[in-house]
Amino acid sequence: MAADIKAPALRELPTVPPPVTPDAMASVRPYVASEKINEAIGFPGKLDEDWQVVHDKAIAHMGSLLQRYRSLKVYLDACVHCGACSDKCHYFLGTGDPKNMPVARQDLMRSVYRRYFTLPGKLFPKLVGARDLTPDVLDDWYTYYNQCSECRRCSVFCPYGIDTAEITMAGREILDAVGYGQKYSNEIIGKVHRIGNNLGLPGPALLDTLEGLEEDVKEDTGVDVRFPLDQKGAEVLLVTPSADFFAEPHVESLIGYAKVFHAAGVSWTMSSHASEAGNFGLFIGNYDQLRSIAMRIREAALELGVKRIVVGECGHAWRVAYSFWNTLAGIGEGGKDPFSVQLTSQLDMRYRQPMHICEFTWDLIQRGALTLDKDANDHRVVTFHDSCNVARASRMGDAPGGQFEIPRAIIRATVNNFHEMMSGTTHESTFCCGGGGGVLTDELLDLRVKGALPRMEALQRAVDEHGVNFMATICAICKAQFTKVLPYYGFKMGMVGGVHQLVSTAIRLGGKS
Amino acid sequence: MSGLSLAFTLLFYFAGAVMAIGVLLRVATYARTPAPLKIPTTPAPTTATGVGLRMLREVVFFESLFKASLWTWLFGWLFHASLLLVLVRHLRYFTEPVWSWVAFAQPFGMYAAFPMVVGLAGLWARRFLVDRVRYISTLSDHLMLVLLLAIALSGLAMKYLFPTDIVGVKAFFLGLMLFDWQPLPTGGALYLHLSLVAALMIIFPFSKLLHAPGLFFSPSRNQIDNPRETRHLAAWAARLEER
Repeated sequence: MAADIKAPALRELPTVPPPVTPDAMASVRPYVASEKINEAIGFPGKLDEDWQVVHDKAIAHMGSLLQRYRSLKVYLDACVHCGACSDKCHYFLGTGDPKNMPVARQDLMRSVYRRYFTLPGKLFPKLVGARDLTPDVLDDWYTYYNQCSECRRCSVFCPYGIDTAEITMAGREILDAVGYGQKYSNEIIGKVHRIGNNLGLPGPALLDTLEGLEEDVKEDTGVDVRFPLDQKGAEVLLVTPSADFFAEPHVESLIGYAKVFHAAGVSWTMSSHASEAGNFGLFIGNYDQLRSIAMRIREAALELGVKRIVVGECGHAWRVAYSFWNTLAGIGEGGKDPFSVQLTSQLDMRYRQPMHICEFTWDLIQRGALTLDKDANDHRVVTFHDSCNVARASRMGDAPGGQFEIPRAIIRATVNNFHEMMSGTTHESTFCCGGGGGVLTDELLDLRVKGALPRMEALQRAVDEHGVNFMATICAICKAQFTKVLPYYGFKMGMVGGVHQLVSTAIRLGGKS
Repeated sequence: MSGLSLAFTLLFYFAGAVMAIGVLLRVATYARTPAPLKIPTTPAPTTATGVGLRMLREVVFFESLFKASLWTWLFGWLFHASLLLVLVRHLRYFTEPVWSWVAFAQPFGMYAAFPMVVGLAGLWARRFLVDRVRYISTLSDHLMLVLLLAIALSGLAMKYLFPTDIVGVKAFFLGLMLFDWQPLPTGGALYLHLSLVAALMIIFPFSKLLHAPGLFFSPSRNQIDNPRETRHLAAWAARLEER
């Protein structure tokens, strides 16, 4: 643990919002991307030395976004400063920095929007809180648009549905357009294009890892569970976050998926070309990146001739897959254009495309196709952390709210001891882990630890009341973030794990009797 | 007709035009601007009817605000509901004969001015008392509440302190609508009330009052949750596929 970073004290529940503490987090900002990183993905390498050039470029880009995104346009106009969102952001609750209140985060851009794009802001800037774009303002954007995890919790409570994530994405997009990108996200986007996944794991290493997993599972269970890669003609293409290949506890869930496919007798494969479900194009709000990263999945599906596409445990990846793949890459129903038809004529459209691994597993459980021994999980007392992108930006199953019910149904089918965390911190009101949306980087650890506070408080209560010792989740970023920050709050890092980790423990292989 | 009557006649034509054209242009911009991605805040309705109901709950009950903050909801809803009744009541000055449902609403509209003032006062108090709301409040946020309060109070003053020739006021507004201009009765409270209302109408399309039409165009609220079933593609995004 870094010596100078401390977790805030857990507060009495129910909590009151912290007092406003201006600039509490003003010095916490991610590393700026190098010229090489930016240029590799088509952005200007660095800020122009002439401020006027930067200024004009930023305003022009903002104007272009305002014409392309209704969300941005409406959200910048509609806010009435009612304050409904002001105590909803985990980063505000953990830091007290007022610029981490969603409305104030938006106002960093709204004030500039008003100055350049509205009449009152042009005529009476002071009156309406409008201001010129200056180097200080741009620095503030860089700091605070990189202190947002795009979790959408604020949008649940806004009377107009204003989603700060949309503003943050626009902010980062403008910063990228002037050469002021963030290292963590942009470097990873470069890797996914160059190597195929966010972790930069090349094909041969991936193959090696998967073979190792086959041996491990054989040793554990005595069963030959395959982890196939680039297998043409397989029924299912599994696209999963690359952390699943070797990070703990992620890999336990990958083993879980493999066991489910094995038990169901469904042929499946992963792809070295699309060895990453994550799509950091979302985090930086760049449509071209979002699209070209999503296209890899389409290309892999066409290349391998699969019938179904299933997505592993990853929050933002599921948002992109569920909500955007049909738009971006024609993966889904309803498209009559040649681009869509090329893929839909290959896929088996009797199934939902794309499908979440939890939907896949739950279908099998409902059909009685899996043998599950709940007692095998008796050493665990489990709670479930809803991941923000799954909860507030996607769905599973046919009915609204399936994204909450299906993972819980799987947990109930695989463990005997399950307890919810306190209401107001789960389902659509779930608190972000503190590491989502492109802030999962070490130089932002202070922010990540403090942002986890509301979740940690709810977890502590579940531990105190029910003896919870395992927090299941279905997001690679949640898993990585909690592994890192749980110890700051006095919990064991191994307390977090995947839903399919529970499945993996409970499932009995070797054929259903 | 006095110079003052003429001034108010022109003022209301101007204010009416600014408000109507301004809001129309704004709404047209919202409608024309594409929403390239499906971003409803989920869980979201999976049908158009469901979205209609979600919208109705937002507009009528302020559902999301209710979940967010009971105090803000209480004062906000009180203000808006009272304003609606007050506006309905005021339709009597623009209709002859007065529509029966407007006549029915008259007594409610009369008293609605009081909860309206309470709601506005509560909303304003929050801007001083809650440190988070104080931090985000701009001068225009305060002035907007002052303007609405002044409109409500000057209206109440006309009713209870300085009786006004409302028959003459009605003749004035009917005259405006029929292009048969009539003199405006005299009265300080009346002049103040009408000037402030005209100011509000002029400000409307340029201010945060756009939250009213804006809500209907908010993608996180008005989109159907069906991205796997239908392909959603903005025109500018579709052009990328032609490359």
